[in-house]
Amino acid sequence: MGRVLEIRNVWKQYRLGEIGTGTLSHDLKRWVSRATGKGDPFAKVGEENRREEAGGSYVWALRQIDLNVDQGEVLGIIGKNGAGKSTLLKLLSRVTRPTIGTIKARGRIASLLEVGTGMHPELTGRENIFLNGSILGMTRAEIDVKFDEIVAFSGCAKYVDTPVKRYSSGMKVRLGFAVAAFLEPEILIVDEVLAVGDAEFQKKAIGKMKDVTSSGQRTVLFVSHNMAAVQSLCTRAVVIKNGAVAFDGSPDEAIREYLRQSTPEGNLLDFAERRGTGMVKIAEAAAHGALPDAAPQTGQPFSLRFKLHNPKRVNATDTRFDLRIDDQFGQRVAWLSNTLLNTDSEGVPDEIIFQVEKLGINSGIYYVTVYLEVRNEVSDWIQNAFTFEVAEGDYYGTGRTAPSNQSNVLIDFKVKYHV
Amino acid sequence: MATNTPDINSRNDTDEPWDLVIEPSRGEWSLNLGEVMRFKDLLFLFVRRDFVTFYKQTVLGPLWFFVQPLLKVAIYYVIFARVAQIPTDGVPPILFYLTGLTFWEYFASSWKKTSETFIENQHIFGKVYFPRLVVPLSVMISNGIKLGIQFLLFAIFWIYYYAQGAEIGIKSTIVYLPLLIAIIALLGLGAGLIVTSLTTKYRDLKFLLETIIQLLMYLSPILYPLSLAQGTFRTLLLLNPMSAVLEAIKYTFLGTGMFSLTYLAYSAAFAIVLVLVGIVVFNRTERNFIDTV
Repeated sequence: MGRVLEIRNVWKQYRLGEIGTGTLSHDLKRWVSRATGKGDPFAKVGEENRREEAGGSYVWALRQIDLNVDQGEVLGIIGKNGAGKSTLLKLLSRVTRPTIGTIKARGRIASLLEVGTGMHPELTGRENIFLNGSILGMTRAEIDVKFDEIVAFSGCAKYVDTPVKRYSSGMKVRLGFAVAAFLEPEILIVDEVLAVGDAEFQKKAIGKMKDVTSSGQRTVLFVSHNMAAVQSLCTRAVVIKNGAVAFDGSPDEAIREYLRQSTPEGNLLDFAERRGTGMVKIAEAAAHGALPDAAPQTGQPFSLRFKLHNPKRVNATDTRFDLRIDDQFGQRVAWLSNTLLNTDSEGVPDEIIFQVEKLGINSGIYYVTVYLEVRNEVSDWIQNAFTFEVAEGDYYGTGRTAPSNQSNVLIDFKVKYHV
Repeated sequence: MATNTPDINSRNDTDEPWDLVIEPSRGEWSLNLGEVMRFKDLLFLFVRRDFVTFYKQTVLGPLWFFVQPLLKVAIYYVIFARVAQIPTDGVPPILFYLTGLTFWEYFASSWKKTSETFIENQHIFGKVYFPRLVVPLSVMISNGIKLGIQFLLFAIFWIYYYAQGAEIGIKSTIVYLPLLIAIIALLGLGAGLIVTSLTTKYRDLKFLLETIIQLLMYLSPILYPLSLAQGTFRTLLLLNPMSAVLEAIKYTFLGTGMFSLTYLAYSAAFAIVLVLVGIVVFNRTERNFIDTV
């Protein structure tokens, strides 16, 4: 099978600092102060750059990316937020150009749009299908041919002449995906879209992606945090780390490599990907076993410890603290909340600890999402804030362990024989 | 800067040519019109979208196409004809103003709307590629259709005044009308392309633009005849590429004004240069603008 995509030594640089002074008056002032020998009035003093090794006011979002993709491959692209996945996709979808290097492709590259992109709320579903399809590069005739299929797939047949502003967000996603799925480009870019929409539609979407790829004609680049989807759909996966390809190989190995990288990040205060008012913030997180320096182990005591940044001195009784624990494939394992229990703590907390006497989670890697509410307002909410690894342990006190591929959750039970 | 050079020894395992090559922008100057042609369906869908949304979002709907110019003409009538008593070459003032404004509005609205291209569409431009030039071209076409609708209003007034016995008549220079409209379209497009490219860097230009357009309107023979202008003011007026076009239109429909092929050639040349510069600047901006917004 032929090669359809060749990425050769691609680098992408972004400029920091001078960006954001985009007004004529700023440029004039800058010019005047330079001319008079003063410093740049808009240079940020002591500005820290969170991405390491950023030289000066430039940052390399991608460094020396080399990738070849053959026809029919489904390439998973995984990496932490900010690793450079989106930048790579932007280059591929021609939204911006590389600073160095070349990308060569055979056939049409199309990306699945984010919810509602290019859709106009006042236009009907029908009009939006045409608009969206044309934006993606289809001609009117091509859309005409596939129109009925698109409508059927989206499940919006009844509402095809209703303005999209009356659609639910799920319906919009379905419509958007349906258009792109029937676009049938030679190279399809799918970016995390499957995370949205209801379970039934996700199944349909994954089924469609399988159809698209099983013919061996089309190539898919699939960016996702959903490891289960990457594992089941992709034939190959790359891990992007700090703008470079850190691993290229089988999906299983890539996932392992990715999870190995995402070790618990002690300090969460500088984490940018969060929502909420920030009245109380989660500053540090740690997971440990029986002792603070022990690794979590199945069947052993377990603690999740969160240092809080609480400058407004919010009382413990005014807070709600929820924890979500997912396995490496995004499947929910447990949900804990301080509101489930009667806690009698009064006063201003600067640390909250969830303690488990006997850890009923099997060995593996788990993600923790933290959600903090102050007086019914979201204060801090970090999706997949950190990961922890549980070591194999003797849950049942028999010296035997349950295989981790059988179950994530272990519960106490007895076996009785009736003879 | 990193010193790694592209790997020249890359394997050439197939002889098939690549359909798409994405490279760093090396400052090439191109018009890229062939690609725009391939997206002509999108172009017309954008035009349609402009109309449908305009129609659906307002209470009066398409009536606005008539109300807007009428209100403006009414205001100018009070100020310029009644209060200031500026002569209009013997043409009924309302018809005189309406002639100029109908065509001026095409220029002004195209310029203004095209100037918003990058800022208004940054969300979609950040997600998917299509030749960005499709957007300003669609603006030019939808405003052209709007001009057609407003021309009807002008025609109604013209017939009314003609029936009233006003000394107006259509001159043979009407054959030049498509050319005159094309010059207006290109002027609006070109100016808009340049401004929108600049606004990606200088946001405050947006606020200046409104004033500049207003100022230019007073520097065009719309509310007063060219014949009224003398000396340096007249020279200044004639430097404005819209002046000769507006005068020619007035000559065609009202019988007053000036029809000068020399000045029209100047306007046409101005428009063509403006559009060529505009497209090139626009295409250069489009490549990396998403990095700076």
